[in-house]
Amino acid sequence: MNVPENLRYAESHEWILVEGDTGTVGITEHAQAELTDIVFAEPPALGKLFKPGDVAAVVESVKAASDIYSPVSGEVIARNEKIEASPALLNTDPFGDGWIFKIRLANPAELEALKDAAAYRAQIGA
Amino acid sequence: MKTPLFDAHLAAGGRMVDFSGWQMPVQYSGILDEHMAVRESAGVFDISHMGEFFVGGPGCVAWLDSLLTNNVAALEPGCAHYSLMLNERGGVIDDLIVYRLGPERFLLVVNASMIVEDAGWMKVRLGEGVTFENRSAGYAALAVQGPDSGKIFAEMFGRAMPESRNRVLEIGEGFVVTTGYTGESGFEWIVPAAGAAESWRKVLAAGAKPCGLGARDTLRLEMCYPLNGSDLSPAHTPLEAGLGFFVDFSKPDFVGKAALVAQKASGIPRRLCAIKAAEKSPPIRSHYPVFLAGTQVGETTSGAHSPSLGCGIAMAYLPAEFAKPGQEVAIEIRGKKFCACVHKKPLYQKST
Repeated sequence: MNVPENLRYAESHEWILVEGDTGTVGITEHAQAELTDIVFAEPPALGKLFKPGDVAAVVESVKAASDIYSPVSGEVIARNEKIEASPALLNTDPFGDGWIFKIRLANPAELEALKDAAAYRAQIGA
Repeated sequence: MKTPLFDAHLAAGGRMVDFSGWQMPVQYSGILDEHMAVRESAGVFDISHMGEFFVGGPGCVAWLDSLLTNNVAALEPGCAHYSLMLNERGGVIDDLIVYRLGPERFLLVVNASMIVEDAGWMKVRLGEGVTFENRSAGYAALAVQGPDSGKIFAEMFGRAMPESRNRVLEIGEGFVVTTGYTGESGFEWIVPAAGAAESWRKVLAAGAKPCGLGARDTLRLEMCYPLNGSDLSPAHTPLEAGLGFFVDFSKPDFVGKAALVAQKASGIPRRLCAIKAAEKSPPIRSHYPVFLAGTQVGETTSGAHSPSLGCGIAMAYLPAEFAKPGQEVAIEIRGKKFCACVHKKPLYQKST
């Protein structure tokens, strides 16, 4: 199971890639494998404001709907429209083209509360 | 409870879930992949959880005809048909397949969730000169479905698969019938529990992909085959469910007939409709509210993302006046309404 070293992870299986004051958020490879075939994805609207743990997006597999939570607080500055047209990108490329949204970090200190790759790997038993 | 194939499912990577008290695989490789395998090549489902009742004796034809809606007397030995068992109000207790093995020898295959209730209902009404045996625990069953089923049949049994549907063959200690729940050609193979693992292995070796309950549900819903407990219930008659074809009103009597005759005379108030999303929407699931011109008129009894059609599909009981193809409805999904249309059954056709 791929758990990239350069990301931070939420216990609810989101990852965040931090570049300057911007975070890119998606779901992990483990999460997509648990969800199975994803057939619908709805990234958040631009300008939305989140706090850590807020429901930010919904993805649905053939069997179930799952909420995706924002790992940090901030404002949505980009949404991946490609996953609306091709939800399967969340399965095939969860750390790449399957990203969900970008957020302008309101409080970078929150990143400390997230897990590093080793801690997330331990959580999922990988 | 576990079927005799529980270990085989784990070995094949099955993801197990609870289904009416049974540990069953919901998927192996993935629902979409398994669904398409059945539409394009062949898949095999473990249906060992379903019930097997054996009925015999000189009084058995008349007795079955008094309890079931379809015409048992008219069923030829070596053939099977779909039928319903109703309560006195005409509501559906269960839907089942009746196999006529001989002039006075029948096998009934009933839903897993209904084995105890069906057997109880039948035993308290047992007729003169009728033997009834619930042998559900003694049998396992496999459903092989898909365009390549004929090849698998030939490899398994060294003979051609009957071209007609609903043909019953007794092979060894098992029963094979050309029927299924997917809309594809195929066969269901009922075998003694002890031989289940061996049969499963052979079917996989012959080229069938293991398929779980997830694909079984999307396949049957594309065909608008009802699922008891979801689309069928004691609150709805088979006339409401669109299953009038399997009700023989020419029979002198059967449990529920009077209620159905009365409903026919007074008008069928609601009908089970096939519904297809008319705009991009999240997958439709069961128990989603259905609206017509702003008023809720029902809820979905089944719903899924259709792998073949690439959109949401569902079934729902709607007031009869709106139960016509082309009728626009709205389905509420997490507080938001999405446009959908009543569609002619089945939702999926091989040529489309």
